[in-house]
Order: sequence, then structure tokens, then C-alpha cells
Amino acid sequence: MKKLLMTAAAAALTLAATAFNATAADKLKVGFIYLGPVGDLGWTYMHEVARQMMVKELGDKVETTYLENVNEGPDSERSIVQLARTGHDLIFTTSFGYMDPTVKVAKQFPKLKFEHATGYKRAENLGTYSGRFYEGRYIQGVIAGKMSKTGTLGYIGSFPIPEVISGINATILGAQSVNPNIKVKIIWVNTWFDPGKEADAAKALADQGVDVLMQHTDSPAAMQVAAQRGIYAFGQDSDMIKFGPKTQLTSIINNWGPYYVKQAKAALAGTWKAEDTWDGLKEKMVLMAPYTNMPDDVKALAEKTEAAIVAGELHPFKCPVIGQDGKEVECKGGKNLDPGQILGMNFYVKGIDDKFPGGK
Amino acid sequence: MQLVLEKRAERSTFIALASPVLAIALTLVTMSIFFLMLGKNPVTALYVYFIEPLTDSYTLMEIAVKASPLIMIAIGLSLCYLANVWNIGAEGQFLMGAVCGSYLAVVTNGTGAGPWVLPAMLVMGAFGGTLWAMIPALCKTRFGANEILTSLMLVYVADLILDYLVRGPWRDPKGPNFPTTASFDPVATVPTLMEFGRLHAGVLLTALLVVVAAIMLSRTIKGFEIRVVGAAPRAARFAGFSSEKLVIFTFAVSGALAGLAGIIEVAGPVGVLQPGISPGYGFTAIIVAFLGRLNPVGILVAGLFLALTFIGGEGAQISMKVPLDLTKVFQGILLFYVLACDSLILYRIRLVAAKPKAA
Repeated sequence: MKKLLMTAAAAALTLAATAFNATAADKLKVGFIYLGPVGDLGWTYMHEVARQMMVKELGDKVETTYLENVNEGPDSERSIVQLARTGHDLIFTTSFGYMDPTVKVAKQFPKLKFEHATGYKRAENLGTYSGRFYEGRYIQGVIAGKMSKTGTLGYIGSFPIPEVISGINATILGAQSVNPNIKVKIIWVNTWFDPGKEADAAKALADQGVDVLMQHTDSPAAMQVAAQRGIYAFGQDSDMIKFGPKTQLTSIINNWGPYYVKQAKAALAGTWKAEDTWDGLKEKMVLMAPYTNMPDDVKALAEKTEAAIVAGELHPFKCPVIGQDGKEVECKGGKNLDPGQILGMNFYVKGIDDKFPGGK
Repeated sequence: MQLVLEKRAERSTFIALASPVLAIALTLVTMSIFFLMLGKNPVTALYVYFIEPLTDSYTLMEIAVKASPLIMIAIGLSLCYLANVWNIGAEGQFLMGAVCGSYLAVVTNGTGAGPWVLPAMLVMGAFGGTLWAMIPALCKTRFGANEILTSLMLVYVADLILDYLVRGPWRDPKGPNFPTTASFDPVATVPTLMEFGRLHAGVLLTALLVVVAAIMLSRTIKGFEIRVVGAAPRAARFAGFSSEKLVIFTFAVSGALAGLAGIIEVAGPVGVLQPGISPGYGFTAIIVAFLGRLNPVGILVAGLFLALTFIGGEGAQISMKVPLDLTKVFQGILLFYVLACDSLILYRIRLVAAKPKAA
């Protein structure tokens, strides 16, 4: 029985494969797996904007499909396979939690090309890409340090994974560069996207005397709360100025578009290769929204900081980096922390008066 | 003239049978209108949703994989609900089952342990779910605490325990500090049944459970006891059935099944313990239990049907480029009609002349 089923299944697969190959020849089919809804105005929205940019630039050379709200648990593998089986030659999986499923599916479909955002596992046909968002966080820290009158910043964290931890550390290091006594209050909401929870956290922080708010979650809810309370805030992922025209200082913008266009062009030309891309302000994968609602000297300082990072003169994690326990963190990268130390960051820097979540 | 809902003298058997059919028919009509409004051909759309997934071996397997945990949990829940015990916390029992079972996978990871690991994990998983379900059960029998609230609140506690473990003590020591355990060893993984695809042995276990539950409910004293306590508690007391013991029993069984579903999901399709292992299975299973009329065979059909709408919805996103929200609207409308049509079993609609207005 098992054998019979397998033969039938294999036949069906072959049939499906031939049917799809016919269309694949004339057009590049590109698939996207999204974590949130396309309307989150944050993380997923920016991937969607980038997809639209790809469609605009490459016109009818590409055909794109996206699956939104794909959970990072048991469903993601199926969703990726569904894209692979329906003739998508290039598949972007746009959240860390899709890593193992993407690796598995890439192995099953060796002829297709896969790109996984923010992960670290690669293969012949599986590349990874991410942004050096901590660079933007450092600039935000500098601005926040200058703008805060109470000397206390509020930070809404999603999950205490290295990406988020390095963002908090970079912010504090930036803020300490202009105000050594800066304090930060952190609230973990354990979600990437939940406007209700994000707004509650923002209110709680505002109640505790925080006057500059920042977040590592994906909706503009915190910006809206800050606008109501008359305090400052930073946008996240996209320019959120329309949610706080008098509130937003700047915003880190995830600019995936050029990368998506480049990779699709490479796939069309047959030059696509699985690589590890980790680009920042210099390569314009990370952009800063206009510096608004701040005095000219702060704006000038922010611009100077940005220029220094782009020029490679300033590294947010320049050694020595002092850990929360007062001890110097081992400097594996020579002058700065090694990329591995940043990508796997699991400690707070000195000056963060909060317990590191989860223990070590 | 006005429409009124009038209580029937007795249940209408005809409507009880026709109600799900009517509900599905109404859903199809409503969805067709939506598709027309979106400018899509409703016939193609309904084909993509309901027929296409059934024409392909891969999607058929995926329907079984998706439905399996839903059915397993819903069967346990149906015992509770039949006995008038309101376990809303299957999601938490699912997570605790996953946690307890994973303990063995974590400690034996890389030690070359024998093939005893997986069976022991399954037992631990069921045990973990039962243990978690015992808290609301005992709170109810001892202190009269409302089990709806306690079982629901424990979901969030379980969620945080899982979160703590994968961020702290159980975190993959070789990984770069992401909140996940190391990938389970092959001896700690539920075997798949085919060379390709994800159809796993847990699906067979679910099928077996459907049969066992059907026999138990219709052919054994225990099944009779459950139904009597639920339908007529006073009569049950005269018959010598203890409702307290039954609270413990039904919670224990449903906890065990939810826990088992949890560990199978983790040791099967997911392969590691991490946050987000359940896309709300414990809650969706409540819908499956009621959609299936608290009957094991009905639950089997309902679980497969709900899984079909998930997979078909995904297919529609890919081939027709309709948004995911439409699938959710679809499921919502279906539930709405099922509940609406069900009310016709006990009530009937009558047209009565409006009463003259008081002067």
C-alpha cells in the first residue's frame, strides 16, 4: 500500500513539475513568505514595498506571489514548499524563524534559489541577508541622549534575541556618548506585531517618566501613544512620520528594494549565487528618515554621526565594550566586536539597569 | 407582521442532520458573492479552495498533518464538553505536553541514546498535559473555582514557562543564542511515513484515537456516564455517578491528548522546541469539537474540513492572489452559519402578526 501510494505521489509530483516548468522558462517567478500582515506598516510592510519595487523595475520579467501571516512554527515549511511546488524559482523567506524550514525545503528543491532574511544557515542554493540595524540604533541613541530632559528612555522590546539586544546596546552606547548618566526602561511584549500590547507598553513607559520612546516591534502604535502624551519617539522599519508629525525624531528604514531587484536580476541573468549579505547605512540597506522635531545642533550631530558610520570612522561596538557586570567584553574583532559577537549578542552593556532576560 | 424565534417542543432531528449541510451551502453562496465583489470567478475560487487540495498527494498529506493535532485535541475536549466540564485551556496543556516530552529530547541530545527516547517522550508529553489539566480540575472539585477561567489563564503561564526554558536552561548551547533548543536527534523524532512530505506516524495515532473514542462513547459504561452527567446531572447522581470524579477523569484525558498532540507536533513537523510551536491549535480545536457535534467521527470530518480551508486558502493566495484575510472571513462565516443553523434545532422561525400598539 505504502509503495503504491508513493508511486502515485511521485507520478503526481513529476506531472506537476513538468506543468510548472513550462511557465518558468519565460518568466522569473518570485515568492515571498511574510511574517505579519502586509498592512503592519513595519517589518512586513517594508518587504512588501520592496516586492512592489521589484515588480515596478523588472515589469513583466517577473511574476511575484506572497504568503502573509505565516507563523514560524509548523506551518512555515508547508508554505515554503507550496511556493516551491508552484514554480517559484526565487523564494525570499523574511523572518528569522523560517530558518530551519527554509534549509529543509532548499535541500528538497536543489534547483530553486532561496534567500533567508536575518538567519545564519546557508547552502549552495540558500543565501542569507540582513541589515546592520544597530548602526541606525546608535544614531537614535545619540539623538535620544540629547533630547531627553528626564534622562530616561523607554524601549519596547519584542523578543530578547541577539538582534534586539544589540539594538538596545547600540542605543545606550550612542546615548552615553552624549549623556553618560542616561537611563533606560525596557518592556518586553513578546510579540513582533500586536498594536494593543505595544500601545499598553508605551503608556506604561510614559507613566514612568520616560520622555523618548523607541521600539523593536512593528506597528506605529507606540508612535501614536507618544504623540498623545506629547513626548518624542522613533519610528521603526518604515518612516512613521504621518503617525506623529510633531513626535517622530527619525526612523530606521529597512530598504530591501534594491537588494531584491539585484538578486532577481542575477537570477534572470543566471549569475545568482548563495551569499551572506549584511549591509548597513553605507550600502543603503538601512536608511534614516529625515531628522525632524529637534534643534539644529542635535540634527547636525545626528548627521555627523551618520556620516562617520558610513565612512567607517565610527563603529557602534568599538572596543572596549564594557558589560553590565563592569567587566570588559572580549574583543574578538580587533578594533571592534566581531560580527559573530554582534549577531549572537547575549549581554547588556554597562549602564542598562535591568536584568538580562532569560538568564545565561 | 414580524419574525420571531419560538422554542420547539422537541428537538428537530431533521434539522439536526440538515443543519451542517445548510450552513455549508449558505457559506458557499455568501463566499461566492464576496468573490464576485473582488472580481474573481467564484467557481474557480471554490475549486481552488475545496477541490484542488484534494487532487494532489502532497496537499492531501498536508491536510492530514494540519488536521491531526486539531482532531486529537478536539476528541479530548469533546469528552469534557459532553460531561459539562469546560476545559478552555487545551492550548496550555498542548504546550506543557510539548515541554515535558521535550525534556527527554534535550537531555539525551547528542548522547547516542537508544530508540526508547521517542516512546518515552510521548508518555511524558501525555503526562505533562494531564498534570497541567489537573490544576483547574482540582481547583474546581476542591474549591469550586470556575474551570473556564483557571484553565484559560494557565495557557499564558504555560506559554511563559516554555519561553523561559528555551531562552534559558534549554537553549541550544551551540546556537547563537536564539530562543530554541538544539534540533532533536533522529531517535527523538516522530518518523515520517513517506520518503517525501511530512506525513508522520502521529497521524496514524490520531486515526486510532478516533476509533477508540467512538467505541468508548457509544459502547462503554464510562461513555454512558459522561453523557448522563452532562445531560442530566441529577439523574446521574441517583445512578451513583460522581460528577467530581468525572471532572478529574475528563480533564485528565483531554489534558493527556492535548499534551500528546503537543509533543508529536514538536517531535514531528517542527523538530525543535521553540516559542510559537502552536498557531493556536488548542483554541481552534474548540471550534473543531463543536463543529463535529462532540462526536468522534464528526470531529474527524470537521478537523479535516478546517484543515482543507487552511490549505485551500494558501493555494488561493498563491494562484488567485487573494488576501489571507479572505480565508479568515471564510472560516468566520462558516462558524457563524453553523451556530445560526444550529439554533433552528431547538427553535423555529415563525411569522406572527404584529401586536397592535398600545395607545
